[in-house]
Amino acid sequence: MVFDPDDFIVNIGPQHPSTHGVLRMRTSLDGETVKKIDPILGYIHRGIEKMNESLTYPQTLALTDRLDYLSAHQSRHALCMCIEKAAGIEISERAQYIRTIMDELQRIDSHLLFYSCLAMDMGALTPFFYGFREREMILDIFEETTGGRLIQNYNVIGGVQADLHPDFVRKVKDFIVHLRGIIHEYHDIFTDSVIARTRLKQIGLLSREDAISLGTTGGTGLASGWANDVRKHHPYAAYDKVDFKKIVYPHGDSFDRYMVRMDEIMESCHIIEQLIDNIPEGEFKVKTRPIIKLPEGVFTASVEASRGEFGVFLISKGDKFPYRLHYRSTGLPLVHAMDTVCRGGKIADLIAIGGTLDFVIPDIDR
Amino acid sequence: MNQSFLDYYSLTPFTEWIHRTLCGVMPENWAVFVEGVALGVVILLAYAVLAVVLIYMERRVCGAFQCRIGPNRVGGRGGLLQVPADVLKILTKEIIRLKRADHLLYELAPYLVILASIISFSCLPWNKGAEVLDMQIGIFFVLASSSIGVLGILLAGWSSNNKYTIIGAVRSGAMIISYELSLGITVLTVVILSGTMSISGIVESQAGGWNIFKGHILTLVAFVIYLISGNAEANRGPFDLAEAEQELTAGYHTEYSGMHFGFFYLAEYLNLFITSGIASTLFLGGWMPFHVSGLDGFNAVMDYIPGIVWFLGKTFFVIFLLMWIRWTFPRLRIDQVLTLEWKYLMQLSLLIMLLMVVLKVFGLVF
Amino acid sequence: MSKFTKYIKRYWRSTESLAGGLDTSMKVFLRKKVTEQYPENRHTTLYIPERHRAELMMPHYEQNHHHCIACGLCQMACPNGTIHVVSEMREDADGKKKKVLVRYEYDLGSCMFCQLCVNACPHGAIRFTYDFENAVFEREKLLLTLNKAGSSLAPAPEKKVNQ
Repeated sequence: MVFDPDDFIVNIGPQHPSTHGVLRMRTSLDGETVKKIDPILGYIHRGIEKMNESLTYPQTLALTDRLDYLSAHQSRHALCMCIEKAAGIEISERAQYIRTIMDELQRIDSHLLFYSCLAMDMGALTPFFYGFREREMILDIFEETTGGRLIQNYNVIGGVQADLHPDFVRKVKDFIVHLRGIIHEYHDIFTDSVIARTRLKQIGLLSREDAISLGTTGGTGLASGWANDVRKHHPYAAYDKVDFKKIVYPHGDSFDRYMVRMDEIMESCHIIEQLIDNIPEGEFKVKTRPIIKLPEGVFTASVEASRGEFGVFLISKGDKFPYRLHYRSTGLPLVHAMDTVCRGGKIADLIAIGGTLDFVIPDIDR
Repeated sequence: MNQSFLDYYSLTPFTEWIHRTLCGVMPENWAVFVEGVALGVVILLAYAVLAVVLIYMERRVCGAFQCRIGPNRVGGRGGLLQVPADVLKILTKEIIRLKRADHLLYELAPYLVILASIISFSCLPWNKGAEVLDMQIGIFFVLASSSIGVLGILLAGWSSNNKYTIIGAVRSGAMIISYELSLGITVLTVVILSGTMSISGIVESQAGGWNIFKGHILTLVAFVIYLISGNAEANRGPFDLAEAEQELTAGYHTEYSGMHFGFFYLAEYLNLFITSGIASTLFLGGWMPFHVSGLDGFNAVMDYIPGIVWFLGKTFFVIFLLMWIRWTFPRLRIDQVLTLEWKYLMQLSLLIMLLMVVLKVFGLVF
Repeated sequence: MSKFTKYIKRYWRSTESLAGGLDTSMKVFLRKKVTEQYPENRHTTLYIPERHRAELMMPHYEQNHHHCIACGLCQMACPNGTIHVVSEMREDADGKKKKVLVRYEYDLGSCMFCQLCVNACPHGAIRFTYDFENAVFEREKLLLTLNKAGSSLAPAPEKKVNQ
């Protein structure tokens, strides 16, 4: 029994405006106070990991974009890295740079959406549109180069699908200037507002120990004082060539989780600014064999996705299909942490905490 | 000189003429009855028309705050027919009969809510000689009758047999009962200043200058407090936690459909209008034109504008202020709402009332 | 007393922060709106990048020629079984047996726009267009045949000369 028989249990979800998808949280309440949460997953389970076992390696790539749609680039980057590592494909410097820039743009995109959704979860509908206003520009940049807005299909084994669009560099630079000029609006209307501050500060505390034992990587871990950035610890792509700050906040409350992400937006801008002028010439994709077969063995790769460490675990039996392809999704530990974080908070806090943890449901269920 | 123009627009001769004519045709009791019915029809029509206007205004204003345009497809470029189309839709929708609801109360609740708002609506001073319900204790009557609405909300939440609705209803009950206090105290401040509780008396007392200018800074602060608590009374954002969409899907009216829901919706917008109408009566002089003492020419020009235009203009100005507030701030949490009232607003409004008494006693007001 | 000053300070700071929010939202209220009016801007400001993937198509050149040799690599590359290449063996003038495309069937409804078919094609016979207005009322209308009636393979030698 998860709950006592005389608990007052409210079903939040699966169809609920603020679960960001189809997540069901059975919540036992004491008045307005949350006593316990029992998250129930699987409403959007598509069996992607199982499907991968019957797909060739290039085909498996198409499904990674559908995991965490707000870190489509990064997820696909991880799988490409893993397959390239296994097959021994060296990719060009240019492709590395392009991938890094795209990853960071995707991170900004995701964090702008995070801001919007958090504001909306807390009942402020106007900041929601501010975030989308700027996100639209990133999506336009994406669409011009990759051909997709949400599902980009850009990384391929051996490099990227197509070379950068001629306007790409100029547009990214313009966008960063625009974002730096307008981000104060976000803070004026929401961050500095006394309502938002009191609703986020000292709410939903997650200690460093809990963060580590639950495995809440990414922004949630960083806000609890756990410096766990994959980009710093195991630099991949072009991350060893750029200089960026590690953003760590000490308190582990909702406000810190929020600020980590707002700071990461600026830090991503900083990374892109360092790379965008120095993209080396070269080919964007190396030639690969038409049918890719990996040697027998176990291969892993991980990247820092928008909301934590995204890992790929691949077992190959020497076929053109993976024997097993497992993803370490970024959202599952976050949902797991919900119960720990929300206990003792109010219902409104539960929604705000769900917003600051920033999980994406298709990533959890896969 | 001023008085003559005010009298020119006065509706008193007109209503007296109607009364005399009717008395010539039928006995006086019958005449009063016929007048009452006619007036009721007029009020209901005005109620419905204003609701449509307000909903349209809310959509356009909200759109402009959110970097978008708002409705502009149905009925030409302005989207003028969007709201009538929605009204038609809601009128034709099925009213769902819940299985385990308390049927009597469930169906009574929307009528209570709309009854309360129609009664308070009738007390508004539209023009000189057009105060429909004008009694000695007018403003007290408005406060009393608008409080019936909370009963409807509580009954709606309780009788729907749904956990979301009961949480929403209890929240709303706690909030409205708290905010009645500071609302009442600010109203008392104005009553002290004007020396009367009759609505027409309060308006007449502002012939020399609106209350907001008369009471030094005190009435300005009282005006702000009135707006905040009036907003809370009308259950509108940032105090819309009774129907907090992101937490409780739709709060106390989750289970209502068709025109039953329509009544709640109507009442919400008309409560907004009533709150603003009372605010413009108490602080901005109702139908009184804007006068600057000493500038007789200017005052005469102002007098040319009929009272109803002044009243509606002021009311829509206050409505715009409330919409501005609504579309800027995040929603408060229940404990914040109560803290705001009991720790901040009530003290301030009591202090202001005290100072107002002192000013009035020593004759320091204008 | 310090508690009281704190109370007053908190009062003031909160009012200030809320006023800042109101200020920002009013600025945005007065600014030009960012909405794009879609069907109206179809021929004016609407910009769909060329790389946008909306529908698979087979380019046809003069004399109704296309480049598909009916090898079926695209069909094999597709993860969804969206593409179905119907071909038959025909004898050409020299008496050599050759695979010829009869119908190139494509189901827009099950396509996930992964671009694997385009990558797999050795002759560049297919590509994606950015013509995105594909909504139809019946599902059957999503089943498309990409090669036009009476079309044929572009003569190979000509191509070699070009290269």
